[in-house]
Amino acid sequence: MAEGVKPRVKAPKSASAGEVVTIKTLISHPMESGQRKDSDGNKIPRSIINRFTAEFNGTSVIDVTMEPAISTNPYFEFDAKVPESGEFKFTWYDDDGSVYEDSKPVTVG
Amino acid sequence: MRNIATSRLAFAVAGALTLAAGAAMADEEADLVINGETEMTVRTDAPAHLQDALDTIYSGWVFRNDDTQMMQADDFDNPGMIFVDQAMDAWAAVDGSEGKSCASCHEGPESMAGVSATYPKWVETAGEVRTTWQQINDCRENRMGAKPWKITGGDMVAMQALLAVQSRGMPVNVAIDGPGAETWEKGKEIYYTRYGQLELSCANCHEDNYGNYIRADHLSQGQINGFPTYRLKNAKLNAVQARFEGCIRDTRAEPFKAGSPEFVALEMYVASRGNGLSVEGPSVRN
Repeated sequence: MAEGVKPRVKAPKSASAGEVVTIKTLISHPMESGQRKDSDGNKIPRSIINRFTAEFNGTSVIDVTMEPAISTNPYFEFDAKVPESGEFKFTWYDDDGSVYEDSKPVTVG
Repeated sequence: MRNIATSRLAFAVAGALTLAAGAAMADEEADLVINGETEMTVRTDAPAHLQDALDTIYSGWVFRNDDTQMMQADDFDNPGMIFVDQAMDAWAAVDGSEGKSCASCHEGPESMAGVSATYPKWVETAGEVRTTWQQINDCRENRMGAKPWKITGGDMVAMQALLAVQSRGMPVNVAIDGPGAETWEKGKEIYYTRYGQLELSCANCHEDNYGNYIRADHLSQGQINGFPTYRLKNAKLNAVQARFEGCIRDTRAEPFKAGSPEFVALEMYVASRGNGLSVEGPSVRN
């Protein structure tokens, strides 16, 4: 597992029904491309987050495939409509099979 | 006739360039408020010792473009805060033969409030002017029994960023009198000495020409109130003395080494030029 991986999410705690809110996410990850060599000339194996998804109450909001050219600590900012109270669930999938999760409840009222 | 035509053309091209530069220029009037609550002083009257040279001192933030400015205004968007998180873990991690962490003696990092605002300063017990990295390594070696960190290395710079956050918003207040005055004078001499094949002193760019462009670079006053600085060009936190090395290298000189007495003196002097600006670290620059 890549070291120092920590997901972070910034989302509003409350919204009005149907409001479009901005969500910011960031995960600290080295995103090793697999193209680099170490000081002995050996290839450093690829180790990236290859997929990121966000769901709201089980409905897909965003589903992203990530490629090796994406830089370290990938950051995503997107807008989502909040129809009712519920929970955003964020999932990051690592090359090594690790899955990192975070969630944020949003109250409509 | 031909000469006139050529010079007219040159004039037109220069005009177009000026316009282009204007469009890409930073909002130099903007104010910096972090997380919508912490107001930062990014411009203020120059400290007394600088009044012959400058009227107003500006944080390097003022000279960056809008996107970079905004990135620093929110801790979530500030990539430097990732390293502060890492340093929080290091703060609590036991290291070395004494079985201690930073937290064993200093408790929470909040106890470090004000430190980054006053360093480099004269440390009586050491009998010399010291920077924060010297104090951190002193703690690691003599109190924790741990290996010292590389001065400009990732662990050290992250820890300095954690210290800077504790003082964020406080005015820089580096003492220039007292027992440290001699070191300060030495730093001042280095600041005004021309180095390298290009024969440039710090002052030639950062005092005489701040706000102007040196090729594609928008020159700031070279204030270090924002250090450690997250630079977009290398996607990591940068130490003051590593920046000094880069700057002197660009004058095509052989730089002093990070950690040398010369750079400690220069760091003290340059920090004192920012007396009155807010501690901003970790700042975001290009």
